[in-house]
Amino acid sequence: MEAVYLTFVLVLSIFLGFELISKVPATLHTPLMSGANAISGITIVGALLSAGAGQAAIASWLGAFAVAFAMVNVIGGYMVTDRMLGMFKKKDSGGSK
Amino acid sequence: MSDVLINLAYVVAAVLFIFGLKMLGSPATARNGNLLSSVGMLIAVVVTLLAHSIVEFHFIVIAGLIGAVIGAFAARAVAMTAMPEMVALFNGSGGLASLLVGWAALYNEGTTTFIAFTIFLSILIGGITTTGSVVAWGKLSEVMPSRAIVFAAQRIVNGAFLAAIILAGVMFCMDPSTSSPEFIAVLVLSMILGVMVVIPIGGADMPVVISLLNSYSGLAACAAGFAIHNNILIVAGALVGAAGIILTNIMCKAMNRSLANVLFSGFGAVKTATKVEGEVKPITVDDAYLILEAASSVTFVPGYGMAVAQAQHVVRELGNLLEQNGAEVTYAIHPVAGRMPGHMNVLLAEANVPYDQLVEMDDINPRIDNIDVAVVIGANDVVNPAARNDENSPIYGMPIINVDKARTVFVLKRSMASGFSGVDNPLFFGENTRMLFGDAKESITGLVAQFKS
Repeated sequence: MEAVYLTFVLVLSIFLGFELISKVPATLHTPLMSGANAISGITIVGALLSAGAGQAAIASWLGAFAVAFAMVNVIGGYMVTDRMLGMFKKKDSGGSK
Repeated sequence: MSDVLINLAYVVAAVLFIFGLKMLGSPATARNGNLLSSVGMLIAVVVTLLAHSIVEFHFIVIAGLIGAVIGAFAARAVAMTAMPEMVALFNGSGGLASLLVGWAALYNEGTTTFIAFTIFLSILIGGITTTGSVVAWGKLSEVMPSRAIVFAAQRIVNGAFLAAIILAGVMFCMDPSTSSPEFIAVLVLSMILGVMVVIPIGGADMPVVISLLNSYSGLAACAAGFAIHNNILIVAGALVGAAGIILTNIMCKAMNRSLANVLFSGFGAVKTATKVEGEVKPITVDDAYLILEAASSVTFVPGYGMAVAQAQHVVRELGNLLEQNGAEVTYAIHPVAGRMPGHMNVLLAEANVPYDQLVEMDDINPRIDNIDVAVVIGANDVVNPAARNDENSPIYGMPIINVDKARTVFVLKRSMASGFSGVDNPLFFGENTRMLFGDAKESITGLVAQFKS
């Protein structure tokens, strides 16, 4: 039953994703991509659970590496997206240097 | 913290991701949207750390700090022109993390066939994402040649790899164990497959691959979520997967090719375009200045060449001078110009071009006849009229920016070599085309100097 329930969540999320993103203007394609990429770093939650559960040593090591890589993805992804979006300016909005 | 509270907090995080993505849809709200989504991530991480099942923190703290420092340093240090390869590396890093999470899940007790199947999927998708992204990074940063690497029977070899992975996967799912040799086989073969599927893809097709890998990194997180029964991984992973698929689809449409065609064929070697002959009319910077000075509407059409020449700042300077001179200035951007979706927009934004001056192909084409001068900077295939006129051309049917219909076209070009697709460009021989040979940055700097004097 659990598998069916998780699949249910999956299918609804995919449809929601399609609805949300289908209308992004081309100007924002790169920030959208790197912003979405940062969200895929959510796998850090799974990594934390593996690394901290105090189970088999190998699992903890795998989890620790996963934490490090997911953290690169999360921190790097959000920061780089923010840096890019900070450069998008409307005309005459005080941004011209 | 109880599981119920943790899951409720995950719901909040999911809502923040959804609103964040929605706000990324408009330039005015995008930055706050990204911030909102990062708050969602922070909530998810903090409540997970409060879970009862987490008893050891030293691994987490050390690994987390190392990752955070590397990520923050990379994000600050990267040049805007190097953004495609940076995004590729972040993708790969997320994919690898999901692979490792799936792998670690194998050590949990009571691995059922269903869980084994989801572990298999996270290894497969995570593995392809990891090595595929590394190869994409290599091609984009030109550590390795960016052209398509094709060899005989490539598809058969890749098919054999995939078949072997599926076979090993089935055997692993039947009898999952941490020491299963089939598991190791899946792991190794998936990583090899990631390399194999990206090497035959050439430089100009990179926007498709980057967005596809982006989608995979989400799907890998999704699969890992199934493996450890975690809702937030599934929801967030699926959102990213959907976003990547949509972008991939937009990129394919902009090249009038199917995804299968981009992934499986090195570029159109079959058809030979009708040979174009004619006279090329070069122009000097001095003459180009005189025409631009008299123009009342100018549109710049940038391509990957502008990124290579790092010419975005001088282009914007020229744009400003033209505006002061009374001309209406726009920047027309083809969806697949550059090496990733929206590449040109980011570069021009870096150079302080306001986003309301960046226009899309479908907006500029209907009024291009009224444009006095179209300045093509380092773009080739995306402005090639053969895509419209010549049924024999390999790029026939691809939507292009119809610069040939503008009153005058300047093409800034190093030499007469053809574009990535190797197709001749009849635009260069057009009646209203003037070729401004030389380094794009130097040519534009020359024009700027003329305007200032």
